[in-house]
This record gives sequence, structure tokens and C-alpha cells, in this order.
Amino acid sequence: MKPEEPATTGADLLVKALIDEEVEVVFGYPGGAVLPIYDSLFKQNRLRHILVRHEQAAVHAAEGYARSTGKVGVVLVTSGPGATNAVTGLTDALMDSIPVVCLTGQVPTHLIGNDAFQEADTTGITRPCTKHNYLVKSVANLARTVHEAFYVARSGRPGPVVIDLPKDVLMNKHDYTAPDKPVQHKSYRPQVKPEASKIEQAIELIAGAKKPVFYTGGGVVNSGPKASKLLAQFVHMTGYPITNTLMGLGTFPASDKQFLGMLGMHGTYEANLAMYHCDVLINIGARFDDRITGKLAEFSPHSKKIHIDIDPSSINKNVRVDLPIVGDAGHALEELIRVWKSRQPRTDLKALKAWWAEIDGWRGRNCLAYKQDNETIKPQYALERLYHHIKDRDHYITTEVGQHQMWAAQFLKFEQPNRWMTSGGLGTMGYGLPAAMGVQIAHPDSLVIDVAGEASIMMNIQELSTVAQYRLPVKIFILNNQYMGMVRQWQELLHGGRYSESYMESLPDFVKLAEAFGAVGLRCHEPAKLDDTIKEMIAVNRSVVVDVLVDKTENCFPMIPSGAAHNDMLLGPDDKAAKPMSEEGMVLV
Amino acid sequence: MSPSDLVSSHTISVLVDNEPGILARVVGLFSGRGYNIESLTVAETDARENLSRITIVTKGTPMIIEQIKAQLDRLVPVHRVRDLTVEGPHIERELALVKVKGTGERRVEALRLADVFRAKVIDAKTDSFVFEVTGNSDKVQTFVGLMEGLGLVDVGRTGIVAMSRGSEAL
Repeated sequence: MKPEEPATTGADLLVKALIDEEVEVVFGYPGGAVLPIYDSLFKQNRLRHILVRHEQAAVHAAEGYARSTGKVGVVLVTSGPGATNAVTGLTDALMDSIPVVCLTGQVPTHLIGNDAFQEADTTGITRPCTKHNYLVKSVANLARTVHEAFYVARSGRPGPVVIDLPKDVLMNKHDYTAPDKPVQHKSYRPQVKPEASKIEQAIELIAGAKKPVFYTGGGVVNSGPKASKLLAQFVHMTGYPITNTLMGLGTFPASDKQFLGMLGMHGTYEANLAMYHCDVLINIGARFDDRITGKLAEFSPHSKKIHIDIDPSSINKNVRVDLPIVGDAGHALEELIRVWKSRQPRTDLKALKAWWAEIDGWRGRNCLAYKQDNETIKPQYALERLYHHIKDRDHYITTEVGQHQMWAAQFLKFEQPNRWMTSGGLGTMGYGLPAAMGVQIAHPDSLVIDVAGEASIMMNIQELSTVAQYRLPVKIFILNNQYMGMVRQWQELLHGGRYSESYMESLPDFVKLAEAFGAVGLRCHEPAKLDDTIKEMIAVNRSVVVDVLVDKTENCFPMIPSGAAHNDMLLGPDDKAAKPMSEEGMVLV
Repeated sequence: MSPSDLVSSHTISVLVDNEPGILARVVGLFSGRGYNIESLTVAETDARENLSRITIVTKGTPMIIEQIKAQLDRLVPVHRVRDLTVEGPHIERELALVKVKGTGERRVEALRLADVFRAKVIDAKTDSFVFEVTGNSDKVQTFVGLMEGLGLVDVGRTGIVAMSRGSEAL
């Protein structure tokens, strides 16, 4: 008897596997090599496909979707240019530990290596910019590979995973393999639970501190919303101050009196000085990035350092720590709380009081102060007003990259995790608009705002077409200073005010541009009219592009110049003359 | 100089899935992050489990060496990473093929030295030998150095394979 022919093509298997992985949305762009997948998508209605206008945007949209939901974002692109266009997004997701599965088409297996039309060595190109990648050479391995890819993308320290799919594999037939539950990978087993003895040691260090500070990052977001609740609980139990990294904003309520604001290059005076002067530093889910540490040799010089991270390679990479703890932030916090409760340690209340008094002194410098007049809108003012109008609404913020991003981090307050989507590690201009699309797809009824600069927004402006197609009510709030602001700021501070190529010539009329794409365009240049403009932006239930003409020369302060230490901050424009930048600092970015 | 700045050489054994691209992952990690590779050997060691063993000799400060191991361990197809240099006594061996051209007294001297180094003659012509020499890198290097004066024309070295002493497996 003839054995029964398996009924399913690779493309159908793939779609089935995606559904089994609880995928609801795929961000993609078709092309020759992925036509079988698009055919399978056409024949079903479980998966929704969002057609972007550039593959980079597909990845950023998936990142926005992933970051705002905690789920894996899924991307589908074709071979060759489809895959190479996705590389920036993949690198972005790798740097910020965002779970993404990117399906790339590939030429049929017999043509691989022949320089075929739209062929690229996708697994070769994406090897250093993914957590892992696969080339599926046989349809027999397809479903299993997809399941494994999702497991790798979402577990441990999350990240992007590429599955390269030759066209013949998509057309060959095979039986389906369901996912294993629970997954047992033969070599990849991230350590989630921290060592009990280390938690005990941590509690001892934390309880004995006289000048402690918590420093928490994106790892707490990635651990899930429960980790942020546990973080708040633990921080409240101790009464200690806490600062967040750019990626960690929202893991601790910004309105809480124990919160010192963001730390780092454009962090607050109080956060950075607390880092400098502390005696116990508790890092949970952050990676001592160079934007955080400033000059390494003078980074938090007097402290014992505890570092909790799920990725052992993040520990002792930049900063040598005294107590490394490998594990998931949420698990670690659960254990810390449990041991703290059982031991009931007595903290040094007198020392803490003095520490808080010191911190309050730094707070008194009011480092985010700026002067708003009646003439031109200060970017900080625009964001303060924006926050005023959105704070009582269910909202999500994305940003592009540059000054506006730092001001957004300083002036918008985040009370919950997963509400703030920004390109931290890679610093990708053009991230914000597509990310906002992904967020809006996941949260159709929420207010989603891309805080943008006029330079960054141009990098993925084509996505206004996607926004129009799916009627996404995304708001694009452009702080338009007609410069690549951060480049201009560095040129002013470091290169004698020679503004080489940082002026944005020939900008489009953003109002007309919005209208051309079927969105609403608004413009505002008077401080007095700003509130009305923002109210209108929120009230319109459509996509709105707001062109806010702001002060062209405003700089982002406070600032730790490259190569300087935390106690060597520039607080405002008058500070700069006194402190010329060091040669080593000039070399750094 | 403090001990944390001291650069030392480490021999690291890595057990990996024998799959396409695995060597590129390992080598790419070293080049991408600016680590040194002094020697690298790789071959399948367990056909049933489809495993390969990679032996890498690398150099760095203690912090860099820790980073290298953590980064290697983070690669998905990597099963185990062991730093043989810090994990107790181990043995290292390397094999070299050494071609020497010459006649008369030089040829006899080459053969005599080969005998001292327990190198085997694996090819002989009237005017040349190919020796196979095994040992630790120092021995191989010394032998190659001696042959330089005696008509050395070609050298191929395998790089180091290494294993811990005693009964424990990787």
C-alpha cells in the first residue's frame, strides 16, 4: 500500500507553527522567495499581516509590539534586500533584548551559493546581530525549528532570532510537529533561578548599607510586569532611593518619592551623584552601559556592587562587581523579598536619614530647570505640557533618537513598565514611528504617541502610508528645531560650534506631508497655543502629525560629557566653559 | 601593574553541536569583540551525539578571559565551556608536519635531531624528508626552529588539542 502523502506544505506548516506559538500579528513585506508563505497567509484568518513600507520598519514595529505586550514580535521578509533591510532592526532588538522572530525568505536550496537573484548570505549577515539564527534545509525540520526559535527568542535574555527559509523548503510537504511542553533544549538552558546563598549575601550587604542606591534596567521589564511590582515592593521595604536606566523607565513609578529619575549621560543630578557617592549599589537587570557609567575608572568608586542579571556575560564586562547573581530579575526580587521578610534586618536609619538629606540637597539643584518665555516653545516645555494632557489617559510613548528622546525620558513620567518604547542600545533614528505602529496594533484603543525629532522622523517617514492603510490613530509629536539636535549639541560643545552637516535643509512641510498621507497635520510655534494644539491632537481619532517648532539652540542638560565621571556633570549652558573635554573623552561617542 | 591587568594565555575547550556555521559563530565572536585567537582546532568528536570539540588558546586579562567564556557559553549551540588553564592540571598536544630539503651532512643531522625529538619520518626522498612531530607547542616550536638551519621548506601545524588530567570528562 502506498503511504499516505503528507498534506501540508512547508509554508502551511509554518503558519500552523506560528499559530501554535500564539502569534496574532506578523509585520512583513512580500517578495519572490516568500510567495508560498503569503499564499498560506491568504488562505487563513487566524494570523493578521501588517504590510509595512520598508523591512526595517517591520522589525521596529515588531519590537514595539513585543515591548508593549511582553509577547514575541514576528517579522516576515523576503530574501536578499528584504533580509538586509531588516538588519538594523535586528541589531536594535539584540542591543535592547527584545524578543523578535524574523522569518526571511531564501533562494531554493539548490541555488544557495550561486549568487542567485535576490540571494544574500542571510545567516552569515545576521549571525552577529541575532541571538541565534537558523537556515532550514529540509521541510522535516521546519516546524521544530520554528518552535525552538520562539523558545530561544523569549527565554533567558530575550533577543531576535532569524529563520532563513529556502523557497523549496516552503513548497515541499511534510507532517506537522507540535511544540514540546515544556521545552527542553539540548544545549541552551538559561539560568533563571538565582543561587540561594548569593541572595543571602545580597540581603546582608543591602541591609548594612549606609548610602545605598538601586539601579534597575530593561531586565526588569523583560521579566514581566510582576517583576516591576516586586521591585516597588522591595524598594519600599528598604526605603532606599532608586534610579532607572533609559530602558528601565517605568519599572518603578516615576511619581514615587524614592525615585531619583533616570541616571547616565543625560540623567538627573541626584541620580548620578547618588551613584557616585553610594556605598552599596544594587543593579537589577541593567548592564553598566557606557552611557550609564561615564568614566569607568571613576564610576561609583566607593561602593560594593551587587549585579543581578540573567546573562552571565553582562556581569563583570565593564565594571567589576562584588556580588554577581545570575538569574531572572523577577525571581531574584521574589527571593530578596522572602529573605528580607524572614530575617527582618534592621537598617541603619540614622545613616539613611543623612543619605536622604544629602540626596535632597542634590534634588534642590533642580537640574531639569529651563526658562520658558512667551516667544519660542522650549522642547522641555512642549513635553511637560504633553505629559500634563496625557497623564490621566491610557497611553504609550515611543521615541526616535536624539535630544527629543532624552527630553522625553526626563520630562515624561512612567508609572508602569511596557509603556515606553525607545531605541536605547543601538540608538536607531527612525525607530519611533514604526514602533508606535506595532504598539497601536497591540493596543488599538490606547493613545500611542511617537515623540520625534524632525530629522529622525524622516528616516522612516514612508510608514505614514502603513499608518493610513490600517487607520492607526498614532500621534507623531515632532519637536522641530531644524537641526539634528544632538549632533548640533556635540558640535557646539566639542567642535567649536562648527555645525558641519547638522542643519536640516529642505525640510518638508509636515502639515502638508501629513495630509498627503491621509493624516491630520497640525503646527504650533507659539507657547500660548501649545495646549490647544495638544488637546486637538488627542481629540482627533486619526493619525496626527504635530509639527512643534521649538527653540533651535536649546541643549539637553544635565550632561556628563564623554569621558567624564558622574560628579563632573554639566548642569546648563553656563557650565561648559569651565570644563574643557579631555582628549580621551573626545574619542568616545 | 595589578594582577587584574596581567595578560595570560588560556586553553579553553568548547563542546558544540556539529552543525553548519558553528565555527563561524565562534570565530565571529572573537573577531567581533576583539579577542585574540592564538590557536584553534576543531573536529567532530562524538558522531552519535553529533558533537564537535573546539580547543581555543586565547590571551587576555582575567576579566577578558571571563568575558570570553561567558560569551562562548551564551551561543545557543554551545553545550559546555571549560577553561583548562584554571581548572587544574591538563595536557596539551600539537602535531606538526615538517618538510626538510637537503643532502649530505645536513640531511643526516636532520634525521639525528628527529630521532632526539621522537619525530617520525613519514615521507622520504633522496633529497627530502617529511617529519611528523607531536608534543606540546614548545617542543614542536623548538624542533621547527632547529630544522630552519637544516633546510626547512614547509611546516603545517594542527594547533593545540588539550584535555584535563584524571578521570573526568569535559
